[in-house]
Amino acid sequence: MTSPQTDRPFDGVRLHVVTGKGGTGKTTVAAALALALASNGRRTLLCEVEGRQGLARLFDSPPLPYEETHLAVAPGGGDVYGLAVEPRAALMEYLEIFYTMGKRAGRILDRMGAVDFATTIAPGLRDVLLTGKVYEAVRRRERGRPVYDAVVLDAPPTGRITRFLNVNSEVSGLAKVGPIRKQADSIMSVLKSPATAVHIVTLLEEMPVQETVDGVAELRGAGMPVGAVIVNQARDDLLPSHALAAAGEGTLDGSDVREGLVAAGLVKSSQPGTRVIDGLLAEAAEHNERIALQRQERAELDTLGRPVFELPLLPSGIDLGALYALADLMCKQGLT
Amino acid sequence: MTAAALEPPLLDVDSLLDDMSTSIIVCCGSGGVGKTTTAAALALRAAERGRRVVVLTIDPARRLAQAMGLEALDNTPRPVEGIDESAGGSLDAMMLDMKRTFDEVVEAHASPDRAAQILANPFYQAVSTSFSGTSEYMAMEKLGQLRAQASVHGGSGEQPWDLIVVDTPPSRSALDFLDAPRRLSSFLDGRFIRLLMAPAKASGRAYMKVFTGAVGGVTSVMTRLLGAQVLQDVQTFVAAMDTMFGGFRERAEATYSMLADAGTSFLVVAAPDPDSLREASYFVERLSAEDMPLEGLVLNRVATTAVPTLSAERALAAAEDLEEDGAHEVTAGLLRLHGARMQRRAREQSVASRFFAAHPRVPVAQVPARPGDVHDLDGLRSVGEDLAARA
Repeated sequence: MTSPQTDRPFDGVRLHVVTGKGGTGKTTVAAALALALASNGRRTLLCEVEGRQGLARLFDSPPLPYEETHLAVAPGGGDVYGLAVEPRAALMEYLEIFYTMGKRAGRILDRMGAVDFATTIAPGLRDVLLTGKVYEAVRRRERGRPVYDAVVLDAPPTGRITRFLNVNSEVSGLAKVGPIRKQADSIMSVLKSPATAVHIVTLLEEMPVQETVDGVAELRGAGMPVGAVIVNQARDDLLPSHALAAAGEGTLDGSDVREGLVAAGLVKSSQPGTRVIDGLLAEAAEHNERIALQRQERAELDTLGRPVFELPLLPSGIDLGALYALADLMCKQGLT
Repeated sequence: MTAAALEPPLLDVDSLLDDMSTSIIVCCGSGGVGKTTTAAALALRAAERGRRVVVLTIDPARRLAQAMGLEALDNTPRPVEGIDESAGGSLDAMMLDMKRTFDEVVEAHASPDRAAQILANPFYQAVSTSFSGTSEYMAMEKLGQLRAQASVHGGSGEQPWDLIVVDTPPSRSALDFLDAPRRLSSFLDGRFIRLLMAPAKASGRAYMKVFTGAVGGVTSVMTRLLGAQVLQDVQTFVAAMDTMFGGFRERAEATYSMLADAGTSFLVVAAPDPDSLREASYFVERLSAEDMPLEGLVLNRVATTAVPTLSAERALAAAEDLEEDGAHEVTAGLLRLHGARMQRRAREQSVASRFFAAHPRVPVAQVPARPGDVHDLDGLRSVGEDLAARA
């Protein structure tokens, strides 16, 4: 396991963007991060933008509306709110606020298919609407202080993240002037500032690590602030390193293992227990291979020059309790 | 044991691959479940069993791509070196270039001038690179093209292929692959686009005044939002694409009916976790609703054990006892390792058995989790053996 980080590199960050290859658990990590950031009396907003209602499933709540909804109480008091940002609703809201356009006019636009058109085809408009809503939540203030201490965005996967965040260049082919352009410019000023960190979730496997390395390069190229690399589902060594290596080479002493099993009452002293012993040794050899692969992939991540955090594979799977356990680990490792 | 009641029928992979009437195998599933590896392993196994195979991959891991000779993303199937051709089979592989495929469709359907105009339009560029569903549509388009050249029913026989194996894009939902072509064509055929087109098409007619009045309202909002250039670009794009609408729709429909064909088999690929199996369920239900030929489920990365008789509880309790005594550190570690493995296995089985219970007639092939990545032909061969294993 990585030793706990002594400093807390993301103290001033208000917007945590969480991305990662599909299947790496980025929604789980984003949710645990929102819990961790809300602990001890703070308040966070957890946003999803892909219309999958992954947050509702994770928190065992009914589908989230386009409205900030209380999701969970954080350790030590503190609140996590959830919001499913939906481009059509965001567009309607945008038109209402900026054009004082009534709901009726919005409905007419919708009926004509203009809303569908704007949110599906106009290059970048959809992303401006989605990031714009998140930007608004980051900046919202009440009684002289921000409404949310931090906002966590469960963002699109690594392959699309730079394009998604780089709304400015995306709409440049489209809107050279006008309010959309101005909106994109203000969103960019926050996204490229030290108040934002883009974290990449990965597994210690070839494909996700490769995508992480590519993603970091792409984000850097676009001038976006790369935050932490968060390793998810890391497997514990469980065995002393010499024993692991011996298991890999097939030289782990079976008679020692047998003695242990007899001491534990799993093998009768009168029986050889060969099947159990061979089985356990075979499992250990596989485990050694996996741990070696992890080590190799972790070395690759270390070359990125970003803080690396590590969350364990939980044999019990992911439920609400597991989210709190992961949040606790994030606090201990200094991620929040 | 009650669990035995939930044992699903076994997916007979080799019979599927050996059946000459199988001409297309589509591997579907949500992202990150190992679709690409499954498709490649099936293709290799089929080729080494004597089929003439072409495999269309979407986004293989770099080392696997290299092992298959897929260094360049050039949209052309190339022979894979190092396969055993003694049974008379062969294997070609290609990687999909989505943008290039779309450009080729445009070039095939429009005059050179018009094609150039479309390709340069910012709206076309957006649709061809980031419209959700474009990669699915292009995968289908490419599948249609491969079949047209293949030696199968409906193909020209220009290429020797008698089996096409298709990987699908890494989308969130497996359904995207089925829905994307229709979504794209219904979008291009949408009401708003028709409205935008109307003034250009039917100007001069009296009744159009009312119509353009309404459009004028919308377009003025759009202009205020996006700037004037945009609208012009949209209209140019729509006008240019209009010539191709028929072509797009027809192709989408033709591909769709090709998928419903008896020679096509769908395999749903999933990992034993709740999200991925939920997607698999949606897909299975959808295929059956559409009368599409579902062959079975490939359940990937399943936790296995060499000591099934030693439960997680007993192993972990024994490890704890040994640790308390401070002796037999290695044995305690082995027992913890086994305990965690058994817990994982139990959780996976409970998730999987929900799927089996809901879809008792869907045949299943379970592929054990491997400790390392697959990045060469030997790795693919061994995945192929696991796929075809008769448990």
